[in-house]
Amino acid sequence: MQIYLPIAEMPVDALVILLLGTGVGFLSGLFGVGGGFLMTPFLIFLGIPPAVAVGTQANQLVAASVSGVLAHWRRGNVDVKLGIVMLIGGALGSVVGVELFALLKRLGQIDVAISLAYVFFLGTVGALMLIESGRALLQRRATRPVRRKLHMHTFLHRLPLKTRFPRSRLYISALLPAMIGFIGGLLVAIMGIGGGFLLVPAMIYLLGMPATLVAGTSLFQIIATTAIATFLHAVTNHTVDVVLGALLIAGGVIGAQFGTRLSGLLRGEQIRALLALLVVLVAVKLGLDLVLTPDTPYVVQTAPSP
Amino acid sequence: MTRALLAVAILLVATPSARAQQLVADLSSHLVAITTGFTGADLVLFGAIEGPGDLVVVVRGPPAEVVIRRKERTVGLWLNRSAVTFKDVPGFYEVATSKPLAEIASGETRARYGLGVDVLRFENAKKREDLFVAPYRAALIRARQQAGLFPIDERQTQFLGPRLFRTTIAFPANVPTGLYQVEVLLFNKGVVVSAQSTPLVVSRVGFSAEIFSFSQQHAATYAACALALAVAAGWAAAAVFRKA
Repeated sequence: MQIYLPIAEMPVDALVILLLGTGVGFLSGLFGVGGGFLMTPFLIFLGIPPAVAVGTQANQLVAASVSGVLAHWRRGNVDVKLGIVMLIGGALGSVVGVELFALLKRLGQIDVAISLAYVFFLGTVGALMLIESGRALLQRRATRPVRRKLHMHTFLHRLPLKTRFPRSRLYISALLPAMIGFIGGLLVAIMGIGGGFLLVPAMIYLLGMPATLVAGTSLFQIIATTAIATFLHAVTNHTVDVVLGALLIAGGVIGAQFGTRLSGLLRGEQIRALLALLVVLVAVKLGLDLVLTPDTPYVVQTAPSP
Repeated sequence: MTRALLAVAILLVATPSARAQQLVADLSSHLVAITTGFTGADLVLFGAIEGPGDLVVVVRGPPAEVVIRRKERTVGLWLNRSAVTFKDVPGFYEVATSKPLAEIASGETRARYGLGVDVLRFENAKKREDLFVAPYRAALIRARQQAGLFPIDERQTQFLGPRLFRTTIAFPANVPTGLYQVEVLLFNKGVVVSAQSTPLVVSRVGFSAEIFSFSQQHAATYAACALALAVAAGWAAAAVFRKA
């Protein structure tokens, strides 16, 4: 069924978009990430203008993270204080990010910048996750109950503004979570992704947060950053398409339900290995597009109609 | 919607009447309405001529600025390096003729009236020479042809007897909105003997028009609504999950 998108100014097959939403929702339910890193490239592949893909995707992520955070909230798995500190950094990050987006657009490098950001972040995080989960899979039988420190002490723990976060049992500089939030906010604005795939490992390895609190707390701050990004994209760039957003949300809600159920059947390290594989694949695909000779070296950009 | 109708009304009044001319033509409709279910539209142009001649119909969409960037391999990566900006590229361009264009008019005449994709020239912002701009122009036309906005196959203007003619103009689903000009030229022995221009408006109507104008004029409210929708959907989903 063809449906005309009022902001993207093009017709799409509603069924294709619903299926895309369902597929990505399924993966996000399965892996506990927003799935923006898959959705945005797919939307661009379908011919949606990149700016509209990024703006609308931010809107869709608000819905996904609200529904995700409520489940964590009920189990008490959200560190509100730490979340708010991250959120302040995240808000700043998304404001800077939207400005940066506009600047790169003026310079004519926005498509290259988005691709490079994807390759860099997805490549790094994906590779690290793949190594970590691969090691965990191999060592699963030989479990060694080693006494470990709660977390490593590095220079990161000597930053000023030390604050207690009782829920996470942490005593760290408030700048640290704020910085992580800032980077998350940048990613939301420029890449149209929630940044969960980056925030979650950062919170585990850099902050040393208890794993049970990580997903809920990162979602908590993603709600805020994606909401701010949606608002700014809608007001400054007019690139949020509610019709497209509604279709993605509807599909995502259905898909997430199935994904969450399947995730109960798999072990943690298996899920992480699969996610890492997916992340690396996307990074490799986008990296090849940057390196391989394109069909045509020319890119045509029409100024948005008044 | 009202703006579009107003534009049509003004243009209809402003259209010169074809009194005592050798050519009379009109469109089956002066408005292409883009609704939520829009998948393209066909319009019929019909008319009559006095005396012999060949017909050329040119449809031009609203002019817009277009930037064409050229990627070059830089430190192994394909980055956007140079760009050419054309200032007045029609959003849609199609020619329909009663016989092949080359047989109707000379290359010079075609260039003067902008008949045929091969003679289309666009003004570039930096006044660069034609030789530099040529590959960018070719890339632009190729992209437009692929998008179906500069249809490749030459359409035919059919004569229904010695006087009457008709031609169908097909607009694809991705046709840009705005003001179009439909020009009908009557050639005789390679010279234009009569011409008529008819305006046409392509506009969003109904639901999609309202959403678009709302998003432009009340951007903050629009953003708030989009967010409210997302939060409500997320909340509802969580509630349903819980029961399930």
